[in-house]
Amino acid sequence: MTRELHDFPGGLLIPTHKELSNSKTSLITPLPERIILPLQQHIGIPAEPLVQTGDRVLKGQIIARANGYVSVPVHASTSGRISDIGDYTVPDSLGLKAPCIVIDPDGYDEWFDIHPTENYDSLDPKLLQRVIREAGIVGMGGAGFPAHVKLQEGTVSEVDTLIINGVECEPFISCDDRLIREKPGYIVAGTRMIRHAVQARHCVIALEEDMPEAFVALEQLVDDDIELIKLPVKYPQGGERQLIKSLTGKEVPSGGLPIHIGIVMHNVGTAAAAYRAVTRGEPLISRYVTVSGEISDPRNLQVLLGTPVKHCAIQCGYNDSSGESIILGGPMMGMYAGNMNMPVIKTTNCVLVTSSFNFNPEVPCIRCGQCADVCPAELLPQQLYWHARAKHHARLREYHLFDCIECGCCSYVCPSNIPLVQYYRKAKRQISQDEQTHASADHARQRFINRGERLRQEKSEQHSHKGKIATDQPQQTDKQAFIKDAVARTKAKRDRIRNQDGDGNSDG
Amino acid sequence: MEIPMDNPAVFSSPHLHKSVSVSQIMRQVLYALVPGIMLSAWFFGIGVLVQCLLAILFALATECLMLYLRGKPLKLYLLDGSAVVTAVLFAITISPYTSFWVNLLGISFSIIIVKHFFGGLGYNIFNPAMAGYVFVLLCFPAEISAWPHVQGSGEASAGLVDTLSIIFSGHLSVSNFDSLSGATALDFMQSQISGMVMVGEARTSPLFGTLAGKGSEWIAVAWLAGGLWLLYKEIIKWQMPCTFLSSLFLSSLLFYGYDADIYLSPVFTLFAGGSMLAAFFIVTDPVTASTTPRGRVVYACGIGILTYLIRTWGSYPDGVAFAVLLLNAAVPLIDSCTRPRIFGEKI
Repeated sequence: MTRELHDFPGGLLIPTHKELSNSKTSLITPLPERIILPLQQHIGIPAEPLVQTGDRVLKGQIIARANGYVSVPVHASTSGRISDIGDYTVPDSLGLKAPCIVIDPDGYDEWFDIHPTENYDSLDPKLLQRVIREAGIVGMGGAGFPAHVKLQEGTVSEVDTLIINGVECEPFISCDDRLIREKPGYIVAGTRMIRHAVQARHCVIALEEDMPEAFVALEQLVDDDIELIKLPVKYPQGGERQLIKSLTGKEVPSGGLPIHIGIVMHNVGTAAAAYRAVTRGEPLISRYVTVSGEISDPRNLQVLLGTPVKHCAIQCGYNDSSGESIILGGPMMGMYAGNMNMPVIKTTNCVLVTSSFNFNPEVPCIRCGQCADVCPAELLPQQLYWHARAKHHARLREYHLFDCIECGCCSYVCPSNIPLVQYYRKAKRQISQDEQTHASADHARQRFINRGERLRQEKSEQHSHKGKIATDQPQQTDKQAFIKDAVARTKAKRDRIRNQDGDGNSDG
Repeated sequence: MEIPMDNPAVFSSPHLHKSVSVSQIMRQVLYALVPGIMLSAWFFGIGVLVQCLLAILFALATECLMLYLRGKPLKLYLLDGSAVVTAVLFAITISPYTSFWVNLLGISFSIIIVKHFFGGLGYNIFNPAMAGYVFVLLCFPAEISAWPHVQGSGEASAGLVDTLSIIFSGHLSVSNFDSLSGATALDFMQSQISGMVMVGEARTSPLFGTLAGKGSEWIAVAWLAGGLWLLYKEIIKWQMPCTFLSSLFLSSLLFYGYDADIYLSPVFTLFAGGSMLAAFFIVTDPVTASTTPRGRVVYACGIGILTYLIRTWGSYPDGVAFAVLLLNAAVPLIDSCTRPRIFGEKI
């Protein structure tokens, strides 16, 4: 079975530097002195703590429960005592603090009572989804979207193709490559589990051409049920929309989701985590992390979640007196880690040590248009830049700001050194904030109107009650008609406002 | 929640950057201009180089002044090379015999009014070199259109001393100025055609070579070579020069096919006047061109057609500068009408 491959627009051919870290076997990182587990390691609502300071917890025990549908629980990554529940610096592009649970490991690494799920293939997909959710699994490619939400799409609408994304397009990162080479069985079995959970008709595992060993490892394990595809090296090949375009030729509609065209995509790390969760009952408490860059022993590590970044870097020969900085994630989309004590979380794929920052000054845009040529979303980055500078939010929407995937291609090629992505990020945040303010103002206004309506209604009811004997039937029907009218008017108005809101939110 | 923007290039992704800067781009453009300038100096005398040097000097001085007045960092902006490119493009469009003060006025107009009054590099609506040229062409038509005789045309041309004296003391300082200067090929052709002389007949004048004007045809080839080098270096994209040249060629072909006696041949059109220079160095100016893929084609095509119209029926021999400025003004409209479909957008 051969699949016709396509090309996505734009993109870059940049040196991958994978050779620094992808040839060495991964090491298991020793226990750190302290484990810091943020309550939010995913997109959505933060988890809610179930433990208190001083409690002893076991490895794999739920210490914070999911708080809503788009939320997942947090598990203790090792056994130990809770020493604090408070705000710590977390991996966030703004360098903000967020609530975390801190564990002082006791060194026993004692497991909580965990149970495998037998015969997953005869299970109801919904039950399988619940197992995956309870294991705290989120998208491990970087975005951290709770996995069960994407799985649930499978039971709601029909899934044509399940894509397991092993395309690590960012330079330096090789954690997926290493994971596949070392645990190909996990990937293939996990892929079959996810396939069962979403009831997908076709199933593809996609890799890049520069991962031949990983390809061979998987090739030996897959049957006709899974297509194994190699794609050309091009950044950002691993982007969800770009990969779907490459594999199927279809474009995910602007403002839509892959499921709208019958596709569900998960990262290979997610597949491996699903396998562990199902066959052993192990929740997501560790992951592969690439430590690379200007460091003496670049390699991949198997790291317990919550381990401080610095602890990982030191395993690979990092010396914090030499003045290099650390980027969490790849050089194209990763974030600058101002605080080295921030923890590795479910989405941390790379710890990049670097000193070669771009200190060149920003000069005016000369409208050369290179940014538009490389934009994989086919946007006009320079128009977005002008409108972002002018804070022209309506125009930004018109130019599809929210279709920007922040891949950084535009900033990479910009001869004027403009940090374009930063402008877009700031504008997006601003627009979302404004929207929230608007929404709450609208909400307050609506409540005020409703209250007035209610009072009037109560008054008229009292009135009609009092005058029941005195008044005739026709007069009352008039009044009722009036109220009915008023209610209908309000309802229409509310619907209209809600629709407007709905339109507004659908982009975000 | 304020995002630290004090040094966003450091703190925000991407942390990698391709090492091509604005000043490098400008430098490449200057390199690409060298062969054409050298040939111009060969065919039209040392005056070409003198005009270039003067224009660069004046441009840097006015750029300095404007940056100082606007409170911008001098070193960063002076070194970007954009003023030098403007100066050189302006200098090669005016006659090598142009008085220094006309050169000064023209380039000052370019830098001060066209560039800095609109916000400096990147913000100017009109191509500064073309606007400066049109400014002096309208104000001092005689000054900048008296060109030296082409080397090899058999007519006398001014030496270094005479050239300097013409530039710095005026045309009257040299007694035989009239015998040292003449019309350009395109000028001559236009006056012949309006005098009801057939093109084929006019072409026999010693002013003309194989392709177009004697000498200037080879200069055009040099611009073409420079342009191809810029294409090879990926400084410019092929769409704009190709669209411009083909629209010019096709317009010309249409009328040439209709009546070869009164309309110039397409090849002549491409190699005469400023066609080649414009194709690779003016139309491709990113700042003043359209920015959308389809818009660029519309923009370049518009310039090609307008150039032909102005050349053929206008009162000026060459129409490139006017055509460029008119289309510059139309860019915002073109851009908004040619916004591309984005990835995943329904048509």
